[in-house]
Amino acid sequence: MDRSFFARNPSVLIFISLLALFTLMVTVLAEGFGVGVISTSFVKTLGKTLCLCLVAIAMDLIWGYCGILSLGHFAFFGLGGYMIGMWLMYERTRDIVVTSLSEAPLPPTEQEIVDAIGTQIFGVVGSNEFPLVWAFADSLVIQLALVVLVPGVLALVFGWLAFRSRVTGVYLSILTQAMTLALALYLFQNDSGLRGNNGLSGLQNLPGLEDVPQATISLWFLWASALALGLGYLLGAWVMSGKFGSVIKGIRDDEARVRFLGYYVERYKLAVFTLTACIAGIAGALYYPQAGIINPAELAPIASIYLAVWVAIGGRGRLYGAVVGAAVVSLLSSWFTGGLAPDLPLGFYTIKWVDWWQIVLGLSFVLVTLFAPKGIGGLVDLWMEQRAPDRHGADLGPDMGSLREKEALE
Amino acid sequence: MTTLLEVSGASVSFDGFRAINNLSFQIGKAEMRAIIGPNGAGKTTFMDIVTGKTKPDEGRVLWGDKSQSLLALNEAQIAQAGVGRKFQNPTVFEDQSVAENLLLALKKPRSILSVLFFRPSGPDRARVAELAEHIGLKDEMDRKSGELSHGQKQWLEIGMLLAQEPQLLLVDEPAAGMTPEEREHTTRILVEAAKTRAVVVVEHDMEFVRRLDCKVTVLHEGAVLAEGSLDHVTANQDVIDVYLGR
Repeated sequence: MDRSFFARNPSVLIFISLLALFTLMVTVLAEGFGVGVISTSFVKTLGKTLCLCLVAIAMDLIWGYCGILSLGHFAFFGLGGYMIGMWLMYERTRDIVVTSLSEAPLPPTEQEIVDAIGTQIFGVVGSNEFPLVWAFADSLVIQLALVVLVPGVLALVFGWLAFRSRVTGVYLSILTQAMTLALALYLFQNDSGLRGNNGLSGLQNLPGLEDVPQATISLWFLWASALALGLGYLLGAWVMSGKFGSVIKGIRDDEARVRFLGYYVERYKLAVFTLTACIAGIAGALYYPQAGIINPAELAPIASIYLAVWVAIGGRGRLYGAVVGAAVVSLLSSWFTGGLAPDLPLGFYTIKWVDWWQIVLGLSFVLVTLFAPKGIGGLVDLWMEQRAPDRHGADLGPDMGSLREKEALE
Repeated sequence: MTTLLEVSGASVSFDGFRAINNLSFQIGKAEMRAIIGPNGAGKTTFMDIVTGKTKPDEGRVLWGDKSQSLLALNEAQIAQAGVGRKFQNPTVFEDQSVAENLLLALKKPRSILSVLFFRPSGPDRARVAELAEHIGLKDEMDRKSGELSHGQKQWLEIGMLLAQEPQLLLVDEPAAGMTPEEREHTTRILVEAAKTRAVVVVEHDMEFVRRLDCKVTVLHEGAVLAEGSLDHVTANQDVIDVYLGR
């Protein structure tokens, strides 16, 4: 108990070193830096993967540590993306509009510019009026705050309603899924104010930075994503290492017992639910500018289920497990579904991975759940157990003839 | 002797079944009490009422010097007011070490922020070590509590109760599944605890109750059937009828 935070959590230093090394290597090998072994689109894929790792950490905190299987965290992720997307799209359209109107004989008024932006953005849904939700779209600061506030407030209100009526377990999962579905269906409507199923696009272009090539911008986002992931890991490890983590793990294992110890279980759950929703929002805000487009399909319940699958395969209840699961499964997923994996001819039938990948993924989820509940992270345990047993110097057997601790290897 | 807890006229029914029927019970500030009774007598439901898990349909539950009603409080508030509960099956946090379990129970502010920034001070650690010694788990402090034996888990849970520093301990079958030596140790811990606070022990085992050497309340069909010393209640004809069958 006396040791420092990093001594108690060796994975934090290892993780941050590996992350820094990874970021450095990608930077040096990327096109934006000159070597060009890694294409810009792959840098973006890696940057996006880091964001997915961050939302997986959020999922692990709420599911692996607190025991709440939320099927709504990808919705918070998407909301974060929408919030930053609104500013990106507004400002970028404004630049275009101002340029084109400057050729007109009379200089345009402010109102004409705003109207033209509205026509540009909402033409696809048959409107030219700015809906109320775009009220702050011209302010980067406010939209950045909304990246955290919108998912946070939604999680706070939803969680307060759900937890205080003591909904737990599978019923809570169904409720969160219903919330996600309702949100996605709402955003699909043209009059939701967020361009319906068109979503927001052109997000890879940063307003005012048209001269900067995508190769450079992709690196900026890679760095930002790596920084966010590192900080997220640090925050998660810090929160869960102390007594707070003790309470949260207690809630996961025996909620009633924690209540009888005098802790307000509902408030703790709400705190973790809201915090993780905010983390998911930040991850989404970094992801979608790299993806370039966001639409309501991203928020569909299946995305949140994938998130749970990543964390389960990586290993619940340990932060690096979530990161490894998200990275491995999402990269493999884009490899298989991107048509890069060679078809497997069996003579009588050819396995096309684009079609079969989902089945492989589903099957591995079932197998992991049944046979390796610790997931990929469990391999670390196997490796740790290979080392000498810790008996504080005591001998291992019934008498002095037995192996001493330093001689033994289990 | 002043009264710490007074339950009067409490009744609870589940789907028409009267689990508790006009039950009245009181206990003083430093008193040991054993509650015995056949299965379904309402022993566990009684504990549920006091700890706030079940709200009675009627009746009063008054607590402490100010005779505060416990009915308006939730489980966490009742626990903070000073009621500690040990469950029938040992429920400790198996994934966490003995020291962590005790630290979790230690009487400290329970709000989120104070817990988040909590770092155990020297006296806290000393208190945890002292408790571990008291319950005979001094050498197991860093072990995961899931690795402990059944009896050790029972002690750990009693230790967690003591760490809460409650004024009232509700203990459900503390000696279940224990060896004779372990029972004796448990008896010592409980008798020691009852010197400074109220302890209510629900138990089936008459031999264990005899060793506690305290006033006994016999419950039957949700109401008090008899009360007094063990010899007194076992001589009672109603009690004999209930226990031995009519």
